[in-house]
Amino acid sequence: MTRVVIVGAGPAGLAAADAALRAGAGVSLLDAAEQPGGQYHRMLPAAFRAELPDKIQHGRRAFDRRRRRVLDHPRCTWLPETSVWSLELRDGEPPLVHALRGVADGADRESVTLVPDALVLATGAHDRVLPFPGWTLPGVFTAGAAQALAKGERLAVGENVVVSGTGPFLLPVAASLSQVDARVLAVFEANQPRTVLRGWTRDAGELVPHLKKAGELAGYAAGQLRQRVPYRMGRAVVEARGDGRVEEVVVARLRADWSIIPGTGRTLAADAVCVGHGFTAQLELPVAAGCDLAGDAVLVDAGQRTSRPGVFAAGEITGIAGAPSAVDSGTVAGWLAAGGDPARITGALRRRDRGRAFGRRLARAHPIGGGWTGWLRPDTVICRCEAVDHACLNRALAAPVTAGARSVKLATRAGLGPCQGRICGPAVAELSAAAGAEVARPHHRPIAQPIRLGELANLRTEENP
Amino acid sequence: MSPRLVPGGTDRVRRRDRPIRLTVDGEPVSGVDGQTIAGVLLAAGRTAWRTDPAGEPRGVFCGIGACFDCVVTVGAERDVRACRRRARDGDEVRTQARAEDR
Repeated sequence: MTRVVIVGAGPAGLAAADAALRAGAGVSLLDAAEQPGGQYHRMLPAAFRAELPDKIQHGRRAFDRRRRRVLDHPRCTWLPETSVWSLELRDGEPPLVHALRGVADGADRESVTLVPDALVLATGAHDRVLPFPGWTLPGVFTAGAAQALAKGERLAVGENVVVSGTGPFLLPVAASLSQVDARVLAVFEANQPRTVLRGWTRDAGELVPHLKKAGELAGYAAGQLRQRVPYRMGRAVVEARGDGRVEEVVVARLRADWSIIPGTGRTLAADAVCVGHGFTAQLELPVAAGCDLAGDAVLVDAGQRTSRPGVFAAGEITGIAGAPSAVDSGTVAGWLAAGGDPARITGALRRRDRGRAFGRRLARAHPIGGGWTGWLRPDTVICRCEAVDHACLNRALAAPVTAGARSVKLATRAGLGPCQGRICGPAVAELSAAAGAEVARPHHRPIAQPIRLGELANLRTEENP
Repeated sequence: MSPRLVPGGTDRVRRRDRPIRLTVDGEPVSGVDGQTIAGVLLAAGRTAWRTDPAGEPRGVFCGIGACFDCVVTVGAERDVRACRRRARDGDEVRTQARAEDR
């Protein structure tokens, strides 16, 4: 029996598991969280003993059916609270998967090693947030954090909240905040209506299959209108201010390139601001597996195969396109990883192609304008972990001795902190490129997740639990 | 003007909360079984519990374990991401200052 190991149990990973089981494989499904669903189908903790959890879940029924089908399947081994920290390369075969099982960042987690015949990587993405003055103040959250705390813990990050950034994801974030009784003062979309409209409608013939997604977005938009949350385009939060925490934000009008139109800044009192400028794919494991990248995504062929033998990729790491698209790419990856006949999944293949087209449209409609660098001041922190500011980074980029990507890192410590450049990496890369300096290759982290030295010293290998 | 947990009694998902008690730097803090440590701290009105290398306050930023801004010490375990660790009754949480590490 083919053993398919799937890393990540979000929409893509769960669909991959479902398809691989249907194709007759044995499946090991791993996720760092306690429950499947990923960020999109974030579930309430069982300990909340909610009688009506469906009240707050979007598209929950199909997900629930799939979750039960996968987790209850006799050929499926579900490994919750399992963090993959390393992939060990093998010739001509997918790598060994080294993971730790136990509570998050615990000190005595159990080590497991899985030996896959095929490996499906579905590690998803996290919010990308551009730096701006005051973004390190407590009360500034990523849009995803606000969403996770609202959906996963019934917690409102503030009472008077501003949502800012770009992309359709800002709307469900605002809706989630409303559901935990936060007052959403406004949603600011940095792109101009013209940019968004042109991005979505180019090659309009392609748009028809996206009606379901469009309907979903319209549903959110209608919900917004009912709740009277203003949606303002061509504007952004460009500064957060307060004494030790957010007390007010500065909102400015932007040109199409996101540079600030002078004199348009106005302040708005708020105790929380939730920001998301698109997403960063979590590429540590694909890079560790030696997979080729295409820009900010894993390069995959029509069968979701990466450049490495036996390694497949699905979901947001193959291109940011949202949960429905992730499901289709997961189905394709799981089915083919299990050795299924492609002729029997023509529907999923077709939907996956539409999903990819949707992702291209999304990127065109909600680009990041290069003018954001004008929001920065010399003392604006760029690397949150090491508190490296813009002036410090600029000094290193300007000096010929330190302008190399590695030297910039070592001279400033930007990217050397606990998050290993996950948050500041894209911003540092863009600022380096703008200064004409060398840009670091991101995501190369031999240790993908933190592991304690004691755990490393005591590794006991248990294969394929 | 703080983060706030939807009260269990009025929550539309009908939670049946079980209270838990933690200490944070020795002070008692109450929470609800199932919350993360970050959730407990936020709901208790704390928006910051760590200082960065420049001495500035930090709390939760990414909320999903990517940024490491929210790390705390739980019992004998340092550098635990508060947004990813479920709080357990009796947890002794201590806040951290990055400057101390140097």
